Amino acid sequence: MLPFVDRTWIWFAAAFYLAGFALGTFGALTQKRQSRALMYAVVAIGYVLQTIGLYIRGAAVHGCPIGNTFEIFQFTAWSAITLYLVIGATFRLSLLGYFTSCLAATLTVISLSVGKWDNVHRVDVFHGNHWIELHAALALFSYGVFALLALTSIMYLLQVFSLKHQHLSGFFSFLPSIIELDHIGFRLLGAGVLLMGTSVVMGSVYWIQDTATVDSAKILTTVAVFVAYLVTLTLRWRSVLVAKRMAWVCVWLFAAALVSLGPVNSSRRPLPRPATVQTP
Amino acid sequence: MSEISGPTLFFLGVSHHRTPLELREKLALTANKMEQFCEKLGALPGLREFAVLNTCNRVEFYGVAEGGVTAETLENEFCAFQSFPVAEFRAIREYATGVPVVEHLLEVSSGLDSQMLGETEILGQVKTAYADAQKRRSAGPLLNRLFQKNFQHAKYIRTNTAITEGQISVANVAVDLAQKIFGKLTDTKILLLGAGEIGEKTAKAFQSRGAASLTVASRHIERAMDLAQTFDARALPFEHVPHHLFEYDIVVCSTAAPTAVVRAQDTSAAMKKRRAQPLFFIDLAMPRDVEPAVGALENVFVYNLDDLARIAEANRLAREAEVEKAKVLLRDRSAALWRQVAGANQGPGGSMASAGAL
Repeated sequence: MLPFVDRTWIWFAAAFYLAGFALGTFGALTQKRQSRALMYAVVAIGYVLQTIGLYIRGAAVHGCPIGNTFEIFQFTAWSAITLYLVIGATFRLSLLGYFTSCLAATLTVISLSVGKWDNVHRVDVFHGNHWIELHAALALFSYGVFALLALTSIMYLLQVFSLKHQHLSGFFSFLPSIIELDHIGFRLLGAGVLLMGTSVVMGSVYWIQDTATVDSAKILTTVAVFVAYLVTLTLRWRSVLVAKRMAWVCVWLFAAALVSLGPVNSSRRPLPRPATVQTP
Repeated sequence: MSEISGPTLFFLGVSHHRTPLELREKLALTANKMEQFCEKLGALPGLREFAVLNTCNRVEFYGVAEGGVTAETLENEFCAFQSFPVAEFRAIREYATGVPVVEHLLEVSSGLDSQMLGETEILGQVKTAYADAQKRRSAGPLLNRLFQKNFQHAKYIRTNTAITEGQISVANVAVDLAQKIFGKLTDTKILLLGAGEIGEKTAKAFQSRGAASLTVASRHIERAMDLAQTFDARALPFEHVPHHLFEYDIVVCSTAAPTAVVRAQDTSAAMKKRRAQPLFFIDLAMPRDVEPAVGALENVFVYNLDDLARIAEANRLAREAEVEKAKVLLRDRSAALWRQVAGANQGPGGSMASAGAL
């Protein structure tokens, strides 16, 4: 019988995210409007299962489970889903559930499949410092926000394509309006920058006290991502970067931010005391 | 036409299928006439229940009759009231008793019998007809059950087929497209450029979907002011349009100008002032009012008459493809509904006859 460890719960969560993806794809192929409530319920069940899995992992590593690449991917997917559950209920954007379940399924399944990403469980990675833990959690949560921003940007680009090229039936007919997507995108960008800015400020307070504790590559990468999003927000606010160009920037920025997670994670300095556990 | 002996559900009427517009105009019942004629019907011995469906495409009587009342009686009364030749009426009217009545009402309510296949307005009109019958107490147990169940079944057919999907008129297609760009239309600003009939229809369609801010610009300012008054809108001198273009979200063009009146240069300048806000041109003019280069500008969407007509036609074909599926559902539902209606009439009132072709 399958032991109910943290990864088991996360596998079940991945199954529900995949079910959401399958449900949306079926709706698109049969050109039937999918039930938003059903999609919301499927994703919400996946979210509960993923939360349980991450909670068990968090209890095992004595902190927020963001100590290895697997955990970082999981936490990013979890953050995106958290936001979807709030935004999806408030703004009722059709197809957002489908796109979010696609993203969550991709991040979850890939991180579960690559075994070496989860070989090392870093225990008590923040040495009981809750401020540093909050700094890291906020930074990763902002990645979840930017993930959702990338999704709404993709939906925006698809809607513009459909209207410009007059492909209005089937899947395209279910996309939300351009204005709705633009407004949501602007808000998500603002929220993401705020969260990441808070995280950067919190981290810098500790870094100033002891500059040797953090690798410069990590600092540079993190600050570069933050500045890129901050500049994007400013340009959008000033109406300099708008419409399709804005959407493309949000998509490419998220891709770059996701890629930057690798160097950020690998640049962590070795812990001063033995604190890693090899998985059996 | 045979005499109606036992309590019989019947339907008698004219519709767009066999009656041209000029005859339908003569047979239509205005509000005053409707009241008077319903009073007459109420006094007709043997007509136990009745409801009148009076729309621009049909005048139909649904009723339950017994004791020697014939359809001839009803049509004679109606023709006398409308001063319409009975022989001519007989040539165009449709009449049925029993199950076909149930089928017909369901066909009408679900939009399958409409001139514009799948249109949704008809269900509201049937509901109004029933509500009026209830108000004047001419709907009894049988019509009550027939109409109430009919609404449920009509909704089921609409929900489970695609006969109401997509718009099939150019004006409504344009409004749907605007919603894809702007979402709710309540805050959008619309400029009606030119005073063409199709532009006017489109403006009406926008207003019916909640668009509140409308401005009319025409080469003849008097015409613009007249039209503005009709729509409770503002008038704008035609030559001011390029400078004010940035203020509008949707521009409906229907001028009779021989060349394009919306230029890429002006639109590009307008877009610099509205940046993040899209601009939607609905070009209903022939020749076109909007330069083709305008469509290439970022955040600008242009649909011309051909584009809209093509979308409307595609939607119409998609609806037609659903008709067979809807008719199968309709037959099943009609049979079930007939059993329920006939069941309502069991008892002292007698039983219902199921025969009688349309």
